[in-house]
Amino acid sequence: MDAILFLLFAAIAVICAVNLVVQTHPISSALSLVGVMGALAALYLLLGGEFIAAAQLIVYAGAIMVLFIFVIMLLNAGAEHKALKKSWVKFAGIPLLVALLGLVSFLVQTLIPQTVGVNFGGFTHGTALDVGRALFTAYLLPFEVTSVLILIAILGAIVLARKEID
Amino acid sequence: MPPLPQSVPIAWYLTLSAILFVLGVAGFLYRRNVITVFMSIELMLNAVNLSFVTFSYKLKEVDGHIFSFFVMVVAAAEAAVGLAIILTVFKNRQTLEIDEVSSLRN
Repeated sequence: MDAILFLLFAAIAVICAVNLVVQTHPISSALSLVGVMGALAALYLLLGGEFIAAAQLIVYAGAIMVLFIFVIMLLNAGAEHKALKKSWVKFAGIPLLVALLGLVSFLVQTLIPQTVGVNFGGFTHGTALDVGRALFTAYLLPFEVTSVLILIAILGAIVLARKEID
Repeated sequence: MPPLPQSVPIAWYLTLSAILFVLGVAGFLYRRNVITVFMSIELMLNAVNLSFVTFSYKLKEVDGHIFSFFVMVVAAAEAAVGLAIILTVFKNRQTLEIDEVSSLRN
């Protein structure tokens, strides 16, 4: 059952990711990215990350993607017209990416012990209680610094989007 | 076809993470629209988040979830600033093609 669920959501994630790369219109890519994020949230639930699955759906699929779609609609972005200019990049890129994927997969298969398996319910410390306890004790300083980062990002976004830069 | 295992090997999750990351790199390199390039970066961040949560399961520690949470926060800040930059570039140049925006070259 675990393997079936994993394969189902992994297939959804990979198909949506391929669609993101292949589509030329930004709105299609954005909707594919929402599909990837939803499938990843389901995989987080299988791994026992309840809080992170909810945060994935609310923050990523909810907030960030809405921001992307707002910008696409605001700029009235259409499909791409021009293809990649340099043809050798087109032909060298895909074999090199496949080689990178093969290398990483080989390292994962050899370095990670095959005995560890993921079962649903095998890790129950990913709830909001446990994440919150770690966040407000061991990781309190990074958490507070993050709030400053968010404040700076808000100010930066306002300053950049307010007026034109000469 | 071999029978499906009772529990999913941890390497499958990491391989899925690697596949998503490589697809994100491909989108980053091949697409010409700056918004799609930006979405490819988000895809790479998501792939790394999956690795964090998987290792968190393997080590039975909650720290991977915390890192994943911080990555989400940084991605949100990055999306806000990056999209503001894209808006400003579009206002000044009326284009979203990354090849057209090359004033920093040379």
